[in-house]
Amino acid sequence: MEKLIEEFSLGLFFWQSLLFIGLVLLLRKFAWKPILDSVNEREDGIKDALAAAEDAKKEMQNVTADSEKLLKEARAEREAMLKEAREIKDKLIADSKEQAKVEGDKMIKQAQAAIESEKKAAVADIKSQVANLSVDIAEKVIKEQLSDKDKQLKLVDDLLGDIKLN
Amino acid sequence: MRKPFLSQFLFVALFLSMSAFATAEESKNDEGGKNLKTEITNYIDHHLKDSHDFSLFSIKQDDGSKKYIGFPLPVILWDKGLKVFSSSKFHHGETIAEVDGNHYKLYHSKIYKTDAAGTINYDDKHHATNTKPLDFSITKGVVMIFITGLLMFFLFRGLAKSYAKNGSIPKGIGRFFEPIVLYIRDDIAISNIGEKHYKKYMPFLLTVFFFIWFLNMFGLTPLGVNVTGNIAVTTALAIITFLLTNLTGTKDYWKHLFDPLGDSMPWLGKLPLYIILIPIEILGIFIKPFSLLIRLYANMQAGHIVVMSLIGLMFIFKSWIGSPLSFGLAFAISLIEILVALLQAYIFTMLSALYFGFASEEHDHAEAH
Repeated sequence: MEKLIEEFSLGLFFWQSLLFIGLVLLLRKFAWKPILDSVNEREDGIKDALAAAEDAKKEMQNVTADSEKLLKEARAEREAMLKEAREIKDKLIADSKEQAKVEGDKMIKQAQAAIESEKKAAVADIKSQVANLSVDIAEKVIKEQLSDKDKQLKLVDDLLGDIKLN
Repeated sequence: MRKPFLSQFLFVALFLSMSAFATAEESKNDEGGKNLKTEITNYIDHHLKDSHDFSLFSIKQDDGSKKYIGFPLPVILWDKGLKVFSSSKFHHGETIAEVDGNHYKLYHSKIYKTDAAGTINYDDKHHATNTKPLDFSITKGVVMIFITGLLMFFLFRGLAKSYAKNGSIPKGIGRFFEPIVLYIRDDIAISNIGEKHYKKYMPFLLTVFFFIWFLNMFGLTPLGVNVTGNIAVTTALAIITFLLTNLTGTKDYWKHLFDPLGDSMPWLGKLPLYIILIPIEILGIFIKPFSLLIRLYANMQAGHIVVMSLIGLMFIFKSWIGSPLSFGLAFAISLIEILVALLQAYIFTMLSALYFGFASEEHDHAEAH
């Protein structure tokens, strides 16, 4: 201890304190502050850049998800539209079929009615002609047959049978 | 990996051989082992002390006088008025300097006031009893402190400027120092002091780290400086740590000092404990920086003594086996000293940061303890 005190030099102590404090103050102003500031700034910059990259990544994901969603929606819409079109088409076809059937039935009925009436008219016509013919034939036959009584009777019977068939 | 190691090896080997050369020149014309041993002891002793002139080595001339290679430094004394003169007046302690009618003698690296004949009076323990004028000389140590300061200023000013120029990217030597600065910030300051308060201590921590490291490294060069192994220098550094710790101490710090148990006990129970505890705590304030100054001083001093003794051994052995062996040892120790130089700077900075951390703590002690 005594040796240490003996060794202690007040002058060196004085200069060391003075120079060192001066050095700390000088370096603080001219070196440490700018160094630490720029290092901090750089670190903040890196941190910000990383955060920005992370954000961009997230945004990218969002955009991808969005477009996927849009695509899905579009697909669904197309599906729906197609389905609707198909339904409309089916309905149209069914409708027209129905209508055509109704129309056809109507026409058939009309035709049947027309045929019926024509037939009736034709039958009536034939009947009248047949009647006329029969009358003519009868007249002739009668004229001829009436000459013979038996033949006359038979003829009448035959004619009557023929008429009944009609 | 191989190349830098090789260059380091050559670097250290060069320095060692130069130191060895210096010692060799010193003891060139000596005969007798005992004479050589005392001379080496004296040489080491002299080297460990601060000196009033910057001499790298001396050469013994044929007529027995020594020729010193170096330059004198200004001596500044306060002895009933300011006395400034060149240390060349002492002729390395061989002559008495006469300034304004006062006589001064350099004796064991200290300046004593003497009579014209240069008589030194001793007490019974062989201590000089002559009056010592207040010595504010620019010694070798002061010159080295100044050079280190300049070196640091230009180095770190350059680093600071290179940030501005290169867009926050260091250039050149700054690339080596930037990680160290960041290490001190992150692993010494922030981890010990905390994110909130570390900023105000950063200038001191950074300066003290590089200051001690550079001076330690200078101590390993053949310039023969031993600044960080000087008690006055380490005392000055430790006092700054002490002042910074206690002047920036928060309320919690002082509360912890004078009321270490907090609210965990009733005051009646604390009273007998505090009779012992508080003096210990107060003593602790002084012991912490004191351990700092002694640790740095002792480590550097011891390193210098060991390396120089091993170099001295080379000249004592003077054989083909002994001398290379002690050279190898000196070389190995020098490598360790390079590590110690960094380690001591780290320890000083680390412990200072730790003490600052105590001073700026702000937490509830009742819970923490």
